[in-house]
Amino acid sequence: MAAIASRLARVRLQFAQRRTWALLLLAVVAVLYPYLVRPYHLSLAIEVLIFAIFAMSLDILLGYTGLVSFGHAAFFGLGAYLVAYTTIGLTNNLAVTLPVVVVGTALAALVAGFFAIRTSGIYFLMVTLAFAQMLFSIAIRWSSVTGGSDGLSGVSRPAIGVGPLSYTFDSRTSFYYLVLAFFLLSWWVLRRIVDSPFGWTLRGIRENEQRMLALGYNTFRYKMAAFVIAGVFAGIAGMLLAQFFRHAAPENLYWTTSGQVMIMLIVGGTGTLTGPILGAAVIRLLPNYLSTYTDRWQTVLGLTFILFVLFAPQGIMGLIQRFRQRGERREHSENRTS
Amino acid sequence: METFIIQLLNGLVFSMLLFTMAAGLSLIFGQMDVINLAHGSFYLLGGYIGLTMVRRLNNFWLALVVAPLLVGALGLVLEYFFLRRLYGRHRHLDQVLFTFGLALIAADLIRWYWGAYVESVPPPDLLSGQVPVFAVQFPIYRLSLIGVGVALALFLWLLIERTRIGAIIRAGVADAEMVSALGIDVHKVFAGVFALGVALAALAGVLGSPVLNLYPGLDFEILILTLVVVVVGGLGTLKGAFFGSLLIGMADTFGKAFLPEFTLFLIFAVMAVVLLLRPSGLFGLEGA
Repeated sequence: MAAIASRLARVRLQFAQRRTWALLLLAVVAVLYPYLVRPYHLSLAIEVLIFAIFAMSLDILLGYTGLVSFGHAAFFGLGAYLVAYTTIGLTNNLAVTLPVVVVGTALAALVAGFFAIRTSGIYFLMVTLAFAQMLFSIAIRWSSVTGGSDGLSGVSRPAIGVGPLSYTFDSRTSFYYLVLAFFLLSWWVLRRIVDSPFGWTLRGIRENEQRMLALGYNTFRYKMAAFVIAGVFAGIAGMLLAQFFRHAAPENLYWTTSGQVMIMLIVGGTGTLTGPILGAAVIRLLPNYLSTYTDRWQTVLGLTFILFVLFAPQGIMGLIQRFRQRGERREHSENRTS
Repeated sequence: METFIIQLLNGLVFSMLLFTMAAGLSLIFGQMDVINLAHGSFYLLGGYIGLTMVRRLNNFWLALVVAPLLVGALGLVLEYFFLRRLYGRHRHLDQVLFTFGLALIAADLIRWYWGAYVESVPPPDLLSGQVPVFAVQFPIYRLSLIGVGVALALFLWLLIERTRIGAIIRAGVADAEMVSALGIDVHKVFAGVFALGVALAALAGVLGSPVLNLYPGLDFEILILTLVVVVVGGLGTLKGAFFGSLLIGMADTFGKAFLPEFTLFLIFAVMAVVLLLRPSGLFGLEGA
C-alpha cells in the first residue's frame, strides 16, 4: 500500500513539474509569438485571445453560477460600440475608454440583470436573448446614431500615457502584447474571483439555490454580481475587438455572436477557466482550416457542437480528464501486477 | 383613422401567425420541458418548401398540406434519433443546446439550397385581391389568415381540452412520470407532440410567406418574437400563447408603423413590465 501511495505521489509530482515546464514554455512562446509567425497568424492569435476573454466571462454565468445566458453578445457589442463612440468623439486614450466601457457595460448589466435575474431557467435564457436582440435592432435601425448595418468605422487603436510620454498600440505586434496583457489580467482576476468565497457561493447557487437561500445567502445579489462581472469582461473583450478591427459592427451584438461564444464554452468545457480558452482557440481556428475544404463550415461547426452536446457534455476538458483518469487507473493496475 | 384600422387588421394577421408558432413552441415546452430554439428554422424550412412547391407545381393548397407533413416527419426523426437520448433530469441544458446546434445547421443548409435572396410568394389566386372592411380596402389573403388563426386556436383548444389525447397531453404537462406509471407510453406522446409542434411551425411558414416573404435570418427574427410571446403569455398554456400573441403582434405592428426605430425596444418593454408584475407570464403557473 505504502509503495503504491509513494508511487502515486511521485506521479503527481511529475505531473506538477511537467505542468510548470509546460506553462513556462507556453509563456515563452506567447512572448516570442509575433516574431515566429506570419501577420495572418498573429491576427488569428489576437482574435483567439479576445474570444477567450469573452468565453471566460460567459463561463462565470453559465459554468459557475448555472445561469444560461443566450444574449451575452449584448455586452460584447456594447463594449465595441462604447469604445467606438468614445474614440471617435473624444479620445483613444485607454485611461478614458476603458472606464467608459467598464462603467457602461456594468450599468447595462445592472438594468438587464434586474429583469433577467428575477426569472430562472428557460425564462432567463429567453430574456437575455431578447435583450441582446433588442440592442441589435437598435444598432441596425437607429442608423443616424449607430451607423445602421455599416456599424461605426474609424476606431483608432488605443493609446496610453499623456503628452510626450504617450504610446499608441498602432502596430499589430504592439496590439498583440496589449491584448495578451488584457487576457492574462482577465484570467488572473477571474481566477481570483472563482477561487474566492464569493466564487464558491456562486457554485453553491448553481448546485442548489434553495439551500443557499435557506443558509441565508441573498442569492439575487450574488447572481446580480456574477451577471455584472460577466458583462464587464465581455465588454472589455468587445472593446479590444473593435480596436483591433478599427470597427464596431452590429454583428457583435447579434445572436450568432452569442451562439459562437456559447459553442466555445460548451466545446471547451464549462466550470473551468481553461475550458473556455481551449474552446475559443478551437472554434476560432476551425473555420479557417475548414473553409479551405468546404463552404459549409457552419454546418460542420454545428455538427461538431451537437456531437459534443450528445457525447461529451463536459467538453474538451472533460475528455482530457477522462483520458487522464484512464491513465491513472492503468498506473494502478500496473502496480498491482508488479 | 384609416391607417389605424389597417394597422389593427395587420396586427391581428401577425398575431395569428405568431400564435401558430407560439402554440407549437409552448406545447413542446409544456410536454418535454424543451425550449426548441430551432422553432424558427422549422418555420423557415416550411416556408421554403412551400415556395418550391408553389414555383414548381403552382399549387399553394398542396404546399399548405405537404410542407407541415414533411417538416413534422423530420421532427419525428430528430426526436427519435437525438432528442430522446437527452431526456432526463439533468440534461435540460443539453436539449436546448442541441436544438440550438440544429438551428445553426439549418440556417446554413437553407441558405445553401435556397440562396440568400428575399423571396416573395404570391397568395393563391382564389384569395388574391382586396375587400372593403370598415371603410378600408384590405387584402383577402390577410383577412383569411385571421380566420385561420382563430379556427386553429379553436381546434387546438378542442383537441387539448375535449379529447382523450388532449387529456394525456395535459396530464403530461402536469406530471409526465405519473402518466408513464399509468401505462401510457410517454415517449410516443413526446414524439407526437414534438412533431405536431414543428408541423405547426412549418404551417406558419407557408401561411406567412405571402405576408412576410422568406429570407435567411427570418428564422431567428420569428424565433425571438415567439419566445417573447411565450414569456409574456406564460409557457405551456394555450391561453397564454393566444393572448401573448395578440399583445406582441399588436405591439410589433403598431411599433413598426409609428416608432419604426424602436419596435423591438417597445416589445422588450412590454415583456419587462409583464415579468416585473408576473415572473411566470400572464397565464403561467406560479413557480413554474
